[in-house]
Amino acid sequence: MKRYIIFLFIAVLGWTLAQTFRAIPFGADRRGNLDQPDRVAAFYLKESPETLQTANSITAIVVNFRGFDTLGEVTVLFLAATGLASILYRKEEDDETEERITLISSSLVRTGAKILFPLILLLGIYVFIHGHLTPGGGFQGGAIIATGFLLMLITYKRFDTNHNLMVWLESLAGLAFVATGLYGLFTYGSFLQNTHSVGTLNDLISGGLIPLIYIFIGIKVGTELTNILDILLKIKPGKQS
Amino acid sequence: MNEFNELFIKYKDLITLAVYGTAIMLIIIGLYAVLLKKHLVKIVIGLSIIDAGVHLLFVAVGYIQTGTAPIFSPGYENAADKMVDPVPQALVLTAIVIGFAVTALALSLVIRLYKHHHTANIEQIKSLKW
Amino acid sequence: MALILFLIIMALILIAAAIFAVMQKDLLFAVLATGIISVVLSVFFYVLQAPDVAITEAAIGIALTTIIFIITIRNTSRNEDEYTENHINKFDK
Repeated sequence: MKRYIIFLFIAVLGWTLAQTFRAIPFGADRRGNLDQPDRVAAFYLKESPETLQTANSITAIVVNFRGFDTLGEVTVLFLAATGLASILYRKEEDDETEERITLISSSLVRTGAKILFPLILLLGIYVFIHGHLTPGGGFQGGAIIATGFLLMLITYKRFDTNHNLMVWLESLAGLAFVATGLYGLFTYGSFLQNTHSVGTLNDLISGGLIPLIYIFIGIKVGTELTNILDILLKIKPGKQS
Repeated sequence: MNEFNELFIKYKDLITLAVYGTAIMLIIIGLYAVLLKKHLVKIVIGLSIIDAGVHLLFVAVGYIQTGTAPIFSPGYENAADKMVDPVPQALVLTAIVIGFAVTALALSLVIRLYKHHHTANIEQIKSLKW
Repeated sequence: MALILFLIIMALILIAAAIFAVMQKDLLFAVLATGIISVVLSVFFYVLQAPDVAITEAAIGIALTTIIFIITIRNTSRNEDEYTENHINKFDK
């Protein structure tokens, strides 16, 4: 009985969604007037190259126009990582060494990982430094850095991230984000306000505070995701608490 | 890309069905897994499939015919009228990262429940039933 | 024409992988199917002119989400229908 109610519910939901999206034509122009913006999309597309001199308008939205939301999202990420750490917390037993992997990787994998690791880190750093010029930014760069650390963590038994350093880097990056916001508040009158000298379009140093904030976000996201993976990989399989 | 634009106008209904239909199907399949599956890991897989469907739906709503990515590269500084809507993309960008963190939190709860009850089947975890 | 065909084949792969992920009893294969969903989805985002989202989905959906699911399966059970006989539950009556 319950099964049929659920099927009915899913069918009704699917029908409603289909009817809704028949009213929203795919590919139609919904940006509004680009010369005199009457909608947010047009406003952002107009202001991003003109006022902010930021080539990537998605970066301009995430860091500048909706910067406060991004601060909130980074906080959600931080809370999720904290919750995960506290849920999986267990008392340290000193007599046993931490066993992350049970099978030893072949020497081919180990050598390949050693060669690839600095290149992946370099790619991640490149992606978040050029977040305002090319596709990419702090969130993507941080995720790429976390995949680099993941490769090392599952390949080497002895590779260990310095937990204290990670926590410090993460906290400092978060504090620096807030401090940049407060700088805008005290200098220009509103939280996360960008500077007035924003440089020229498509320069590496352009967009005012946008590259700086995205670098902080990149460091924070990268260390946060690495911490999540590190905690999850350290659980001992088969051990019951 | 010009060839694609011509084809887009010609086969508009087919492409609309392919994009919107896929997104809605993903949401429905994920919802089915969340509501009817008994294993906790399966439920979290269903949640991540719903996530994927919603992200596809958002990006598809922001797409504009004959549009390019909203990046003002050298030589395209005044091409704002040829660009797709950047707002849904900015939303989805952060939503993916948050979705990962929430999935990790949910999976840590699954591991904890398994260690406590020695099963991941929600029918056998009875201490929360009322 | 090839592009349209490519788009439709990708859509079919997405739906097939989603159904496989939900129906498969062996959870490891189900998780790998969600990895396939992420791969195809990131190509889809690129076709829909969202390169930023495509990069994010590629890094997070393919690598990180798959690995945390696999860690969870290692710490729990791999078979969906597993019905542990001697599970101890002190609240059971």
